[in-house]
Amino acid sequence: MTLSALRVAIIVFPGSNCDRDMMVAIEQLTSRRPALVWHKEASLDAADLVIIPGGFSFGDYLRCGALAGRSPIMNAVLDHAARGGAVMGICNGFQILTETGMVPGVLIRNAGLKFACRNVGLQVCETLASPFTSGLVTSKRLIIPIAHNEGNYFAEPDELNQLEGNGQIAFRYTDSKAIGPANPNGAAHDIAGVISQNGRVLGMMPHPERAMSDLHGSTDGAYLLLKSLEALAS
Amino acid sequence: MQAIVNISLKDAVLDPQGRAISHSLTDLGFNEVTDVRVGKQILLEIDENDPARLRQRVARMCETLLSNTVIEDYSIVIPDEE
Repeated sequence: MTLSALRVAIIVFPGSNCDRDMMVAIEQLTSRRPALVWHKEASLDAADLVIIPGGFSFGDYLRCGALAGRSPIMNAVLDHAARGGAVMGICNGFQILTETGMVPGVLIRNAGLKFACRNVGLQVCETLASPFTSGLVTSKRLIIPIAHNEGNYFAEPDELNQLEGNGQIAFRYTDSKAIGPANPNGAAHDIAGVISQNGRVLGMMPHPERAMSDLHGSTDGAYLLLKSLEALAS
Repeated sequence: MQAIVNISLKDAVLDPQGRAISHSLTDLGFNEVTDVRVGKQILLEIDENDPARLRQRVARMCETLLSNTVIEDYSIVIPDEE
């Protein structure tokens, strides 16, 4: 399959604010405009990748991602994932995925109590087979921005050990000369992104759609997205 | 009937907000404060007159939406329950 044949759907909630950036980013890489799907829809057209974008869905009321995670469209996204469909959640999208249980853990308030908005260094980890990491050079350091108040990854110690053992940790915050302290939010095991047990669902806090051109200060987001799209097309 | 849901972070979960409040209280001279944890309270008015059924339904609500049981504990108070 060519990249332009890939059907990408981006879910839009009230308060999503990275949906359009993601649409532009995907179109830049595939020459095909993704479908934007409103959260009230009960069904989803066949898609090769569903993206849950960043933002502040439902104003972060109750808990980040809690209300979006129970939106009508999420039943269709859960069905898509249950069939082995690929799902990627960025930032608030990651929070939403944890609320649905599609990826393990929870994202709680940043340890420093401050909204963190800056570039971070990311280490690509060795993982189980996944289209989101298979094309990436392991141990490569990526520079991609974060922008969140609740990115502090939490899971019980047993679960963290399981994630480590299974190879479900996709990205870790790492030291880089370009940025400040390695771990910006107190995340357990420096976790910036995790994948599901079948490798088909990725949740990550950094925003690849904001690192798409030299004008953004980094093209590492384009690299990350392109390699995922290529793996999904192959 | 009314139901009150109290939601608190599990002991194992760090509560940076509670810690910041604790520091402020100490700064204000409340030196006897040894720990602060911040939770939330949700008040529900529900069209149901049987306390047992009410409790069961509210527990379902807590498990489904109101709390994230990975990091939070919840308790249910029904004031009219005698």
